[in-house]
Amino acid sequence: MSAPLLELRDLHVRLTAPGGARLHALRGLDLTLARGESLALIGESGSGKTLTALAVMGLLPEGAEVSGRVALEERDLLALDDDAWCAVRGRRVAMVFQEPLTALNPLQRVLAQVMEPIRIHRLAPDRDSARQRAMALLARVGLDERQARAYPHQLSGGQRQRALIAMALAGEPDLLIADEPTTALDARLRVQVLDLLRELVAERGMALLLISHDLALTARRVDRLLILYGGRAMEEGRAAELLQHPRHPYTQALWAARPRLGAGRDQPLHPLKGNVPSLKQLGAGCPFAPRCPLATARCAAEPPPFHRQLACWEVSP
Amino acid sequence: MSAAPLLQVQGLGQHYGGRSVLRDISFTLPAGESLGVIGESGAGKSTLARLLMALERPHRGSVRWSGEDVHAMPARARRALRPQVQMVFQDPYGSLDPRWRVGRSVIEPLAALPMTGAERQTRLAEVLAAVGLEADAALRFPHQFSGGQRQRLAIARALSTRPRLIVADEPLSALDVSVQAQILALLRELQRREGISLVVVSHDLPAIEVLCDHALVLRGGEAVEQGPAARVLGEPHHPYTQDLLAALA
Repeated sequence: MSAPLLELRDLHVRLTAPGGARLHALRGLDLTLARGESLALIGESGSGKTLTALAVMGLLPEGAEVSGRVALEERDLLALDDDAWCAVRGRRVAMVFQEPLTALNPLQRVLAQVMEPIRIHRLAPDRDSARQRAMALLARVGLDERQARAYPHQLSGGQRQRALIAMALAGEPDLLIADEPTTALDARLRVQVLDLLRELVAERGMALLLISHDLALTARRVDRLLILYGGRAMEEGRAAELLQHPRHPYTQALWAARPRLGAGRDQPLHPLKGNVPSLKQLGAGCPFAPRCPLATARCAAEPPPFHRQLACWEVSP
Repeated sequence: MSAAPLLQVQGLGQHYGGRSVLRDISFTLPAGESLGVIGESGAGKSTLARLLMALERPHRGSVRWSGEDVHAMPARARRALRPQVQMVFQDPYGSLDPRWRVGRSVIEPLAALPMTGAERQTRLAEVLAAVGLEADAALRFPHQFSGGQRQRLAIARALSTRPRLIVADEPLSALDVSVQAQILALLRELQRREGISLVVVSHDLPAIEVLCDHALVLRGGEAVEQGPAARVLGEPHHPYTQDLLAALA
């Protein structure tokens, strides 16, 4: 078996809060991703999903302390210096951000922004061929020539998100990371953008790491799911299996909490109790314990190991 | 009590700078019933919400609260009616002043009503309890709460005047998934317990089904379909509504 494209081993990230306190935000994450595979990292605010993406991109905030391993085809990314990162970021690993208006340069036409990675990474011999490549990419994501020559503010939210995807593809990355790429969009556009990402992964033999809080939307559109809560993996699995047989109490609660279309005005609702914990509130044990219907004293005291794709003392794997 | 419906909208239309954003919207909402306004960005949902709240004047048509045309009446008469109609926004920060202890923000709408300080404090305790918050929450500042708790505070504020109608503009979409269900359950409970009517503006169709008796589907400023929510969501007639539902599959 060949090495996975992306491998995270026992990844920890500690942040410094404004008051100087250390916050243990990511608490030992393991993850592997092969070429051609798509994985959704599902979590709520504070779960650590965006930090994971930033760690893979080498974009963690100032003062963040990382330990563990982040490897791209066995190359340790945590050991890279700034120069080495420039050859990786945008080229081997590219990212689509949540809010396309802030990720796009407002003063530059979309076409020029898609050409930039092609030029920087010398993927085309000259300007004309760079332009042709950028045009082809924009066409592939569904933007016509007029839209390619537009400024970001002249495009709709969905078109901007497509432009951003074209820009991320321009460096011909092996790994595409998309951080909540559809949050700002309407439901129909969300589906279209996710379907486009999935097609691109298949066409280009890339891997996709999709970051989302929306289990229902993503579960049918990726190969695998990894459910994060409070900086720890709760459950992982093939998306189809996890949809049918969620094992972790948190995954089950997330599913049960969704109202069902067609189940009527009086359908029973099963909201989770309590609140998403802030990083400061997280104790030593399982982060979900305070809200978990199955929790025992042990759960609050000691974090369950991640064993057979599940981290739970009370549910046998 | 008048027999007029709680909310009556007739031929409502709005222009911004000559551009039509809402055309010929009509519906009637009896007291105690709720309406879901469904649509995508740019459909005119928020414009409709602002017109219902009398926060702007329509170009055409009328909005009646309990039979009274709110845009035709003198400002003083409208102010007297305001406590009956409250609004909850997508971003709860919008209705909480970051520099005030939240108790002050929650009962701010009571300033227009002839109440003593003690009566206001009693009402504050009541509405905090109604949304599932402890009484001492009133002493804290907005940033000390989670997103879901802030939305509870915004709902408490809307409840403070004992309104008959709450207009909620995307009340769930800024919240964590696990918290959305809590707020949804709270809104449904308030409908049942207090008999409050809601107008829910949202593209969250399952939430509309849970909260609303009626549904109105907006596209490009026009109502393409309206009727009982169960029928509109269960057997949509218009291809556009069918399309919106297909995206959820």
